[in-house]
Amino acid sequence: MNPLFEVIRDPDRCIKCRVCERQCANEVHKYDPDLDKMISDSMTCVDCQRCVCLCPTHALKIRPNENQFRPNSNWSHQTMDEIYKQAESGGVLLSAMGNPKEYPVYWDKILLNASQVTNPPIDPLREPMETKTFLGKKSQKISYDANGKAHYEKTPYLELDVPIMFSAMSFGSISKNAHECLARAAEELGTYYNTGEGGLHEDFYKYGKNTICQVASGRFGVFKGYLDTGAAVEIKMGQGAKPGIGGHLPGMKITDEVSKTRMIPKGTDAISPAPHHDIYSIEDLRQLVYSLKEATNWEKPVIVKIAAVHNVAAIASGVARSGADIIAIDGFRGGTGAAPTRIRDNVGIPIELALAAVDSRLRDEGIRDEVSVVVGGSIRSSADVVKAIALGADACYIASAALMALGCHLCRSCNTGKCNWGIATQRPDLVKRLNPEIGYKRLVNLVTAWDHEIKEMMGGMGINSIEALRGNRLMLRGVGLSQKELDILGIQHAGE
Amino acid sequence: MLQREGATRIPAGCAISGFINRSGRRTNGSVIVNSIACMHERSNGLGGGYAGYGIYPEYKDQYALHVFYDSSEARIKTEAFLDRHFDVVNLSRIPVRKNPRITDEPLIWRYFVNPLPTKLQDSQLDERTFVAKCVIKINDKIDGAYVFSSGKNMGVFKAVGYPEDVGDFYRLEEYDGWAWTVHGRYPTNTPGWWGGAHPFSLLDYTVVHNGEISSYDANRRFIEMFGYKCNLLTDTEVITYIIDYLHRRLGMPLEDVAKVIAAPFWSELESGKFSPEDTEKYRHFRNVFSSLLITGPFSIILGFNNGLMALNDRLKLRSMVAAEKGDTVYISSEECSIRTMCPDVDRIWSPRGGEPIIVTLDKDAQERV
Repeated sequence: MNPLFEVIRDPDRCIKCRVCERQCANEVHKYDPDLDKMISDSMTCVDCQRCVCLCPTHALKIRPNENQFRPNSNWSHQTMDEIYKQAESGGVLLSAMGNPKEYPVYWDKILLNASQVTNPPIDPLREPMETKTFLGKKSQKISYDANGKAHYEKTPYLELDVPIMFSAMSFGSISKNAHECLARAAEELGTYYNTGEGGLHEDFYKYGKNTICQVASGRFGVFKGYLDTGAAVEIKMGQGAKPGIGGHLPGMKITDEVSKTRMIPKGTDAISPAPHHDIYSIEDLRQLVYSLKEATNWEKPVIVKIAAVHNVAAIASGVARSGADIIAIDGFRGGTGAAPTRIRDNVGIPIELALAAVDSRLRDEGIRDEVSVVVGGSIRSSADVVKAIALGADACYIASAALMALGCHLCRSCNTGKCNWGIATQRPDLVKRLNPEIGYKRLVNLVTAWDHEIKEMMGGMGINSIEALRGNRLMLRGVGLSQKELDILGIQHAGE
Repeated sequence: MLQREGATRIPAGCAISGFINRSGRRTNGSVIVNSIACMHERSNGLGGGYAGYGIYPEYKDQYALHVFYDSSEARIKTEAFLDRHFDVVNLSRIPVRKNPRITDEPLIWRYFVNPLPTKLQDSQLDERTFVAKCVIKINDKIDGAYVFSSGKNMGVFKAVGYPEDVGDFYRLEEYDGWAWTVHGRYPTNTPGWWGGAHPFSLLDYTVVHNGEISSYDANRRFIEMFGYKCNLLTDTEVITYIIDYLHRRLGMPLEDVAKVIAAPFWSELESGKFSPEDTEKYRHFRNVFSSLLITGPFSIILGFNNGLMALNDRLKLRSMVAAEKGDTVYISSEECSIRTMCPDVDRIWSPRGGEPIIVTLDKDAQERV
């Protein structure tokens, strides 16, 4: 086996301070007293950039290993490497974070409109510019009594000050400090974070009004107190990174606290089933939706999260008719703490197409206001958010971007539990590297910056409230897309 | 190739004007024609039109359908449809006067109709919904036919041309109404189609609109869930449908309709400006009817069976002036046009963005007209 990366050290710059050695959980760097110099074993390097970032003299860089097998357009270096790995282990290949393959990114082939002459752009520095969003079923029932007083039905909803929430990441897959960052940032931003399938640590019950409590097929950590604490309940039917299979948390990440929160024995692998064992069809989902509503006194919206798969529009329509208040759709580029490589890289469809298809279908069936639609699975910037909302989303889930704000460099090794940034690990010495006090502020900064950018783009389009952007596909144009792709996205080509 | 109106979206700037006499006193159409003529510069000759209320007292209980036909074939098809669904009390071509600046006119017909009782009963719809559905069906399904007016005791008159020429063409001095509205159009593309001129109407709702709404597609895609078809791709069409949906179908008073389409800003709702009960209600509207919020510049005058409503977008990105003299209220894009109709008004003011002016006929006048 070849190392994937080369660690390059500039000996003139290295002062042998051994920071890199202390910081690397993969034990790449070592001080050799005989030679009086730092040496590196590239073999275990994952290119997480921790040593590079902390090296006080900028002596380090990591680059792809230049050693290559004989070039072959059909058999790539990586494909061959994977064959050697499997020949040795007999096992399923595991990966983490989102699909890194070269599939089209439709966000980058969609352009936004701006006002010129016939209507004015609106300046967010000088005029109100609104991004508050409500999620949940909208009941239009209204009546007026003899005195002209309105009587209307109120249904449970979530109120977001920004149309961005933090997507599901379980305590276990990520650290307690990472969860604390997300919870506190959600509270300060007036939005929500999602517990993921690992239950809720008791220290974080106080952030309940900004918490979405997930119920997944493993039902880890689910009990009445948990459901009562959150602002909404999310049933996880699928995940974009691994549609069709359940979660997998390696036993070494199941520490005392994780074990207590998940209500499972310490050190055992936490493997949630592929299906919910009480849901084998849509009518069963309906029963779970209503059971959870009953359990939470009909006060909380229920979210059903599905992965973007081929017939996502029909599935979403079924979900909308099964009592869900919000549908969350997760695209095939969505992240994960651990997934079989083949599934992550080959199953599911792009979120842009899934979103467009779902929004159109719900409107064609006249039930778009029965549910809100939240999308995730690689929302990378405020521009992606604006495009998603214009395609028809009510709000976006972000997770990979949030982890990056906390230091993640997308080395895609979460499954090893040795995250040098203190995020996807349970090792106390690593976890403490992530300071919640600093981390939550960085999340607040990120989302605040995006909110500013969203307002700038809206203002340019002459829109001063986010709801007038929702589903406003005339604000979008495609570039370099086929007619079929444009039809699915429901947009025109640039120049039309 | 230049696409026809309805095949592509055409933004437009405009002039609007209107007035209503609360006592139901009827005024000659020439007054409204003069009011728009003085704002000639705000139109570019590519569309003008009028709505008059109380103009058909002799047929006040029938729906008056004004229809454009591109061909006799379209007329035959439409009349067959009308015969199947309505009792046609009277039909004729709408009288026009040749005007050198109004050309390429389609066939323009007028029908006074009652829904066939058996058809109405079979449809399980109330009468107005039945008529609205029939109108939408003709416009959507019969090629070359376009119903541009469908209310009772009111009518829309529109054409491609400057509005004062349109008034002359339709001989508006021969009609008297208790309320009139008018629109002069300044589209940024050649529509060349009479149906694209304004006012846009459905039943007795008519809308004249100056502006270009940035929320158009969000509004359109939402309202189309409720059986409307936005064939013209114009702002005015979607605004009319939104008002029809909220006012007629959901039964909301116009004050609340205005709070949906020009919703108060969150900062206003948090400022304590409204009573706690209203604050709660407007918050609810912003949640439930969020897709019907209209953004971007607009000033509109809505005509309905017993009044007018004027409304500006909440930032007031388009000019609109209102004035009062005795029991008559005037609304216009510019003061000069109001002064043309009434030089010595009692009061003249500029309504705030998002705050509707709703003027209805006095009670006894409502019974009379």
